[in-house]
Amino acid sequence: MTSREYSVLACQGTGCVSGGSEQVFASLEREVARLDLEGRTQVKRTGCHGFCQQGPLVALEPYGILYCKAQPDDASEIIQSLLAQGKPMERLLYRDPVTGNPVPYYRQISFYQKQERTVLQRCGKIDPENIGDYLTTGGYQGLRKALLEMKPEQVIKEVKLSGLRGLGGAGFPAGQKWEVCARSPGEEKYVICNGDEGDPGAFQDRSVMEADPHAIIEGLTIAGYAVGARRGFVYVRAEYPLAVKRIKIAITQARKEGFLGRSILGSSFDFDVEVFEGAGAFVCGESTALVCSIEGDRGWPRPLPRPRTAEVGLWGKPTLLNNVKTFANIPIIIIHGSRWFASRGTERSKGTAIFSLTGKVANCGLIEVPMGTTLREIIYGIGGGIPGGKAFKAVQTGGPSGGCLPASLLNMTVDFDSLTAAGSMMGSGGMVVMDEDTCMVDIARYFLDFTQRESCGQCLPCRIGTKQMFDILDDITRGQGKPEDINVLLELSEAVVRTSLCALGQTAPNPVLTTIRYFRDEYEAHINEKRCPTGVCQALLKAVTD
Amino acid sequence: MDELAEELLREILSFYRGDKRELIPILLEVQNNFGYLPKEAIGLVADFLNLSEGHIYSVASFYKRLRLLPLGKQHVTVCRGTACHIRGAPYVLREVEKVMGLKEGETSSDLEYTLDTVACVGCCALAPCLTVNGSVHGAMTIDKVKELFAASTSGGKHDQ
Repeated sequence: MTSREYSVLACQGTGCVSGGSEQVFASLEREVARLDLEGRTQVKRTGCHGFCQQGPLVALEPYGILYCKAQPDDASEIIQSLLAQGKPMERLLYRDPVTGNPVPYYRQISFYQKQERTVLQRCGKIDPENIGDYLTTGGYQGLRKALLEMKPEQVIKEVKLSGLRGLGGAGFPAGQKWEVCARSPGEEKYVICNGDEGDPGAFQDRSVMEADPHAIIEGLTIAGYAVGARRGFVYVRAEYPLAVKRIKIAITQARKEGFLGRSILGSSFDFDVEVFEGAGAFVCGESTALVCSIEGDRGWPRPLPRPRTAEVGLWGKPTLLNNVKTFANIPIIIIHGSRWFASRGTERSKGTAIFSLTGKVANCGLIEVPMGTTLREIIYGIGGGIPGGKAFKAVQTGGPSGGCLPASLLNMTVDFDSLTAAGSMMGSGGMVVMDEDTCMVDIARYFLDFTQRESCGQCLPCRIGTKQMFDILDDITRGQGKPEDINVLLELSEAVVRTSLCALGQTAPNPVLTTIRYFRDEYEAHINEKRCPTGVCQALLKAVTD
Repeated sequence: MDELAEELLREILSFYRGDKRELIPILLEVQNNFGYLPKEAIGLVADFLNLSEGHIYSVASFYKRLRLLPLGKQHVTVCRGTACHIRGAPYVLREVEKVMGLKEGETSSDLEYTLDTVACVGCCALAPCLTVNGSVHGAMTIDKVKELFAASTSGGKHDQ
């Protein structure tokens, strides 16, 4: 990374940039130049450190000091602390939410201490716009090994043996999908990285694309080699301009260094990648809809029965589509081997899970833990619990396709199967914590508002069903709920789940089903007593005071 | 559409081959230059890609980021994401609507301001947040909304 004595790492993720981290970086650079320290000190832009809530973040290496909420005027003091043999400056240190004590080193901060960062290993450590940083931290070694030492079938076998499951939401075994695509006949095939992170409350794919873009390109290229594709796409959501910029820079650098293009690393494999920017449609996270949008059409999922995208995808050719985090795991699996990868996690969910931990929790940010970690360890151990002395009420995973889980399930482990069994799902990795002030009927209404807006409108159950459900929930929050509403919601849910065309509709009722299952009393208070126990539903509050 | 605008449009199109697959990239680029998709542009793009105008309207009306109406100079987008919602985004939106005198989706008649909402900005750790011309403002409160718009109406900068 650097041969210089000290590194000053200034986070340039979207969160920190919004707090002015570009100015902080410039100010640190000026200060280092002013003191004539450039020979010994490198000021570096990095991607997301994950602790966005505390941004702008500045880390000092080799000391491992983390400064929070840094401002341009702090540059002089920050550099002084570096020169004082890493004696931390107390004012900008993170304070433990429980004890209030300053914590100087990030390895001591519980938010970082209890994580196991594998996919996120480089996030916040390297300059994402500098391929040299990626290369000196083992970058493109997985590609080298795959292309020069392994046959495509061996690569697929490794991915299968690793037990890696698709991290976009559904958790389909990745190796199995790769095998279907590889076996599908045809000269022309495509691989697509799905970075259309549409779940509200999730930003882990954005962070990985912004902080470690070469890892995605490397994973995608290995996948292209394995299934026999020569072209790849990174489909990035419209709202992520910084991710688009960084991936484009990474592609240009990779081409220049010979990791993309013709005869990669002297092998006979040709491969290139381009970025496709989405135009803002949640349903395009669904594979057939995503393919339609690249083809220049409305993002309409294809009706069942239909062949899998891995068999008939983009322009009718076999197309392998995986999520950002799935591809980012590939170089790791190739380098360390499937056995190492499968040694972590649970019986049926291997490796790590990455979550955007947000909401009513003391430490918000991007986290990575082994599959099988309990909700309690995540929310209390890493997240530092609920701020303001409030009580935990629920945790929402899986975005609009997931559900709200109550306190009685805090000891549940986080993996694909347990979450599904509890009525929620892993989803792409949103984890929103709710406290006693959150109204669960309002949350159900919120999610149905989202899905009825985002329904593509092709099939009736989703288009009309989610709207009907939304209207009922809206009535309940306005004090116009009827005694039969809960049963009608349950009936409608069943119809929408069973008859919708794609996963958007099939999972849309989950927020309603889980809130009824675990928080039925709140529905009953709204309907029978015209009372919102948390006071969130303003119309009900008004009704009482009037 | 004046001559200059048409020239710009033709220049944009000259970088493309004329394949249907280029439709969304072209529409995004036209919009980046014009702020929206002018009616005349749709006609030209349709001819260029050999598609019907109907197809282009069907695509342009499907995707939320594509707009068929002009955009104000100050584009304010309030995030409706889950983390923002439970940390008070509805109150932030209400205040922004009050201060701007616009409802969600509206543009002021002098084309100074547009108010939109977005499903999620992806800055959930800074909830509730909004963006002004693409730059994110996190941890919004009613007071911060007032401050932000006081600064913007007096011609001040949006930076925090």
